[in-house]
Amino acid sequence: MMSGVSVAKGSDDAVAAADSLVVLSNVNKHFGALHVLQDIDLTITRGEVVVVIGPSGSGKSTLCRTINRLETIDSGTITIDGKPLPAEGRELARLRADVGMVFQSFNLFAHKTVLENVMLGQVKVRKTDKKTAEEKARRLLDRVGVAVQADKYPAQLSGGQQQRVAIARALAMDPKVILFDEPTSALDPEMINEVLEVMQQLAREGMTMVVVTHEMGFARSAANRVVFMADGRIVEEATPDRFFSNPRSDRAKDFLSKILHH
Amino acid sequence: MNVLLDHFSDFRAGFLGTLSITVVSSVIALLLGILIAGFRVSPVPPLRFFGTAWVTLLRNTPLTLLFLVSFFVVPEILFPGMSTFVLGAIALGLYTSAFVAEAVRSGVSTVPLGQAEAARSLGMSFSQTLRLVVLPQATRTVLPPLSSIFIALTKNSAIAGAFSVTELFGWQKLLSDQGYDIVSLFFWVALGYLVITFTLSGVFRLLERRLEVAR
Repeated sequence: MMSGVSVAKGSDDAVAAADSLVVLSNVNKHFGALHVLQDIDLTITRGEVVVVIGPSGSGKSTLCRTINRLETIDSGTITIDGKPLPAEGRELARLRADVGMVFQSFNLFAHKTVLENVMLGQVKVRKTDKKTAEEKARRLLDRVGVAVQADKYPAQLSGGQQQRVAIARALAMDPKVILFDEPTSALDPEMINEVLEVMQQLAREGMTMVVVTHEMGFARSAANRVVFMADGRIVEEATPDRFFSNPRSDRAKDFLSKILHH
Repeated sequence: MNVLLDHFSDFRAGFLGTLSITVVSSVIALLLGILIAGFRVSPVPPLRFFGTAWVTLLRNTPLTLLFLVSFFVVPEILFPGMSTFVLGAIALGLYTSAFVAEAVRSGVSTVPLGQAEAARSLGMSFSQTLRLVVLPQATRTVLPPLSSIFIALTKNSAIAGAFSVTELFGWQKLLSDQGYDIVSLFFWVALGYLVITFTLSGVFRLLERRLEVAR
């Protein structure tokens, strides 16, 4: 489970290759003069929960968004389940359907009810019939604890409820992996836990997850691996225990001292 | 008074003419306008170029010139024997589609980017994203400018009268040539246009209230 740290191009053995779901190798990206991602190598194996932490501006959100190509990359390769990310078009759309995404600002469809939000992808992308899609949507809404709100519009829900609906919307596509881009950063403090609990449950059930977050408690309890980023580079990768109790890099020590003692 | 009563069947024909050319060219303008707006925000460069060229060309050409081309050049080269009504409706529809496209495009840009990102993340294609998520949310913003555009279209239809399409303004011209008092003629013509334009703004006001999107 913890084997797939960074894998050099072409040198991974057959077993690890079969088990690795998301592979980034030598990924670089610039925003103008800013080199936001620098030689990123990262392999995420099936069923693994990887938490990406780091100071703001370190490129962790960008990293998360490159995995389903909401951000393009300048060089390097990204493969998902053995297939390299194609250019914008039908093939990419098909691949994105298998990669769930949960945003900081929820991004629920404002003109659709909660139930319709969870049904839309199933019906229009997966071509599931409406009845089956609705049953599944209701089941998922129940699972994340917002079944009562099914017929309301997103604006009528609290932030925590909206984010749980967004998780249900992602789950409805039966994704191979779900990307969480700072899922609790826009929430009021008392709503953070209800979202983290849903995520923790997903992690326990074996969902492959990439989570960009500032919630160190979640990283400690749910992550299989912590990836620490700073200035566009992966500085350190370790199990949460090792990372939080005994960080190796000075950059990580500095970061942890700032967030853990205030 | 007499003018209207004496020539009521002509007036009715003119009114219905204005109404039908307005409706037909509005439908053309709306469908084409949305399509062209889609082109203008498309990720495909040739489509974007086509959309930009369409808007630039049609928006900047005087409408009378478009009518001239439509009535005298198009039948000669492409479709001989096409009715003046169809030619007029097409010219007016194409002209107005450029304005509709720009109004729709401005509406599209008011929808938060995250909405389209969420749709794409679910695996929707560009056209699905536009049709199912972005355009429905842009509709509300687009209604006020669209209302103005369609009212302008109604009044622009008068130019078609000069090209022997049966419509309200043509009725006025016909009767004033016969020596009828021009003031009362214009009064009835204006009333005819008001009925159409007031109905239009009423419908749009109703739609605006119906389509409120809460954020």
